[in-house]
Amino acid sequence: MTDALQAAPTASGPTTWAGRFLDSDVWASFKRSKLTMAAAFLTLLFLAVAILAGVLAPQNPFDPAQLDLLNSRLPPIWDAEGQTPFLLGSDEQGRDIFSAILYGLRISLLVGFLGVAFSATLGIALGLVAGYLGGTVDAIIMRVADVQLTFPAILIALLVDGVVKAVLGGQLDPATTLSVLVFSIGLSFWVQYARTVRGSVMVEKNKDYIAAARLIGLPAPVIMFRHILPNVMGPVLVIATINLALAIITEATLSFLGTGMPETMPSLGTLIRIGNNYLFSGEWWIVAFPGIALALLVLAINLLGDWLRDALNPKLR
Amino acid sequence: MTERSYVEVNDLRRVFDVSKPWLNRVLEGGEKQYLKAVDGVSFNIAKGETFALVGESGSGKSTVARMVVGLLPPTSGEVIIDGISMSSRAALAERQRLRRRIQMIFQDPYASLNPRWQVDQIVAEPIRAFGLIDGEKDIAGRVGELLSFVGLHPADGKKYPHEFSGGQRQRIAIARALASNAEFIVCDEPTSALDVSVQAQILNLMRDLQDRLGLTYLFISHNLAVVRHMASRIGVMYLGRIVEISNGRELFSRPKHPYTRMLLDAVPDVGMTGRQRIPVSGEIPNPISPPSGCTFNPRCPFANERCVAEVPPLLGGVACHAIHEGRLGIDAAA
Amino acid sequence: MSVVQPVLSVRDLRVEFVTRRGALKAIDGISFDIAKGEVLGVVGESGAGKSVTGSAVIGLIDPPGRIAGGEILLSGMRIDNLPPEEMRRIRGKRIGMIFQDPLTSLNPLYRVSEQLVETIRTHTNLSSSAARKRAIDLLADVGIPAPERRIDSYPHEFSGGMRQRVVIALALCVEPELIIADEPTTALDVSVQAQIIALLKRLGREHGTAIMLVTHDMGVIAETADRVAVMYAGRIAEIGPVRDVVQNPLHPYAKGLMGAIPSLESAADRLVQIPGSMPRLSAIPPGCPFNPRCPYVFDRCRVERPEPIQQSEHRVACHLYDQSSVRSEAVA
Repeated sequence: MTDALQAAPTASGPTTWAGRFLDSDVWASFKRSKLTMAAAFLTLLFLAVAILAGVLAPQNPFDPAQLDLLNSRLPPIWDAEGQTPFLLGSDEQGRDIFSAILYGLRISLLVGFLGVAFSATLGIALGLVAGYLGGTVDAIIMRVADVQLTFPAILIALLVDGVVKAVLGGQLDPATTLSVLVFSIGLSFWVQYARTVRGSVMVEKNKDYIAAARLIGLPAPVIMFRHILPNVMGPVLVIATINLALAIITEATLSFLGTGMPETMPSLGTLIRIGNNYLFSGEWWIVAFPGIALALLVLAINLLGDWLRDALNPKLR
Repeated sequence: MTERSYVEVNDLRRVFDVSKPWLNRVLEGGEKQYLKAVDGVSFNIAKGETFALVGESGSGKSTVARMVVGLLPPTSGEVIIDGISMSSRAALAERQRLRRRIQMIFQDPYASLNPRWQVDQIVAEPIRAFGLIDGEKDIAGRVGELLSFVGLHPADGKKYPHEFSGGQRQRIAIARALASNAEFIVCDEPTSALDVSVQAQILNLMRDLQDRLGLTYLFISHNLAVVRHMASRIGVMYLGRIVEISNGRELFSRPKHPYTRMLLDAVPDVGMTGRQRIPVSGEIPNPISPPSGCTFNPRCPFANERCVAEVPPLLGGVACHAIHEGRLGIDAAA
Repeated sequence: MSVVQPVLSVRDLRVEFVTRRGALKAIDGISFDIAKGEVLGVVGESGAGKSVTGSAVIGLIDPPGRIAGGEILLSGMRIDNLPPEEMRRIRGKRIGMIFQDPLTSLNPLYRVSEQLVETIRTHTNLSSSAARKRAIDLLADVGIPAPERRIDSYPHEFSGGMRQRVVIALALCVEPELIIADEPTTALDVSVQAQIIALLKRLGREHGTAIMLVTHDMGVIAETADRVAVMYAGRIAEIGPVRDVVQNPLHPYAKGLMGAIPSLESAADRLVQIPGSMPRLSAIPPGCPFNPRCPYVFDRCRVERPEPIQQSEHRVACHLYDQSSVRSEAVA
């Protein structure tokens, strides 16, 4: 070729995925913020103890055979009446609060992650379709979203929860209860994803790389999922993080209201409800420790979400 | 045309509905509004030729480009490429095959490459979509070949678009256009987002590729000097219509249409330091409510009542009543 | 330099952008003067530092950017180290600004008349009716038809070209000594562009205003400017009278740049092309920044930074023109 530009490959940074990440601005901003690092550490710690609950907890609070009513309502171990191994005391059934928190965290996080996954999948899919196809499909999806936004999320979750339970009828086993929780939380949070994704899709679909893909005759689903989706995931990640905290709170609220996890398999919310009954009789530890755990978890995740939002938004950097 | 043209564009029209939303119209009153972006455009391109459409913003040149490649359906009119009509439903299978042979290069090299894809994926996409080569190894080989073809290194394929400069990205876009062995490439302002020294690289590359591969180009630009450098025939567009069409040399040495003359006079050119220019008057009118008759009449020093009333047909390569009537002393057919 | 004091004098200006990977030199030691009534074109490709130069002169460099050295003199008075409040007053009164997008200079919520009259009254002691009369005169001066009627319109009621005229009127209304025009015609159509160029040129001459015209378009410079500075990677490669630089460029980069521009006059078969592209700020090569792309490069270019050398009316930063350099390389 007459073009005398058979150049060597242009110089550039690291080529591996990990190298790229360590070189990125996101990682640099993470290292700069001590608060974010603390929040990340706390979140990871909660995750780790939840996963390792079976190893770390002195007792399995879900196994009625391990509970002894003689150990009921014991104060924390530093109190004169405290007993080992009841580190943070016990509730009226003789359940070790520390163990119950670890197992409860597991349920809260599980419901949180599954709820976010469900609502994100639903919201992203609907947002992609609405944004890419436009027209009537868009109008229908977004009007449904508008109507749903006029109700508080917790109300939707309660409604869905109630309807599903009425349909399924009677007492539900814990696994089904958990699925119903995930389903109702998922249905109450999809709107935010759908709106954000739709907005980003409307910007992306007018860019020329989409025109280039249409030019070679790619079908709409391929363009939506292979071309557009990777380019709209940034804001979704931020929403998902913040929604994880919201989903955990929603689960706790539902459980606190008594429509969530049963007392035989308590989540953090259920524990707080149980403890609430004993607050005025002096057994403060039953409500306080699960409450602190919940607050810390939600705070840590929210801090991470805030940081992520700033780090991924080039305008604020 | 003595022989069959490779690309034939016949009386192409495109109307956009630019009305306010239905609810606003009901509440605030007001009618539906339409914008005639392209209004009866016809031209032919011979195989291996570069045909250029030049015009200012709002002239409809990019809309023509998008209709020619099939990204936008025309309101009426027809595009025939190598004897196959792009709009007929009967020839669906044939049109699918035709697609492989038509590609496009876009204006903004920052938006025309998917930022989340590696370069070799981007270049390989047409190869995979049309099933041109089987086997990952052979595809990778072809992608490397294409990248070196446009002046990049095959190892550049492992990088992402943001690691390249604007000119290098445009090279990647060209490699993608060539990946499906395209014969006809529509270039929509391919260098207007680039710096001059890089523009020269890309224009030279495009000409080299045309010589080697026998490509046919439809070249869209607002830059007259670039068009002069690239095209053998040129159509000048104003408000959705072609006002003058002629071969490159003649358009610049003997422009006929008053708009072409005004435009040529207005271009700042390095060769014209200190030149006194004839002052240009007026601006392009709002295309939603264009002037009646010849759309250039409010700015034209030669306009008369007929120009206000009647749309001039494109005769002898120019659409101007004054020239057709011999008022300007220029022979239209010359 | 003549005894007449230049309106703008920039001496060894340096601008840095501080990032987490260290300070990037956006402007690395540039010097130039603009005399009264003179139009200096500053031309360069993206990344050359031409807009940063303009921002530095008007004291509008946003963090993380900062002036790291050198001085800027406005009619002999040093302005690069003034407190922001004082600099703001100078920007309003003694330096006018015209940007690529006219809407950045106009407030969409106020009528053009209000904006013009307010600006005039802040900097003069004219009565409001006298200020309004002056505003109308100015609008007529910049070629807005029926100014007494149009003056009460809002900015969005003007077309792009008319809006840029309003901005020029706004920049002129306090009779500034210097106007910084940053890509004033880039967003406009060719036919409107020509009108704005002619206007700028005429006003500069009539009012004796010094104009610094920053653009990437060599054609605009060739038609408007008296002198031109060609920038490359934060330095001035060549500066001289516009006709000389266009027709007989000395610096290899300027030569390449002029050859790369397709002309209406002649359809060359191939354009001159400079291989490669402008280096990123983080990867400016040592020595002469142009050396990896230069066809005449020799050893000295890779290690030693060329200082500007006077060559008749040009000043060119290239070792080829240094008498002490080994002149074995052929210069075309």
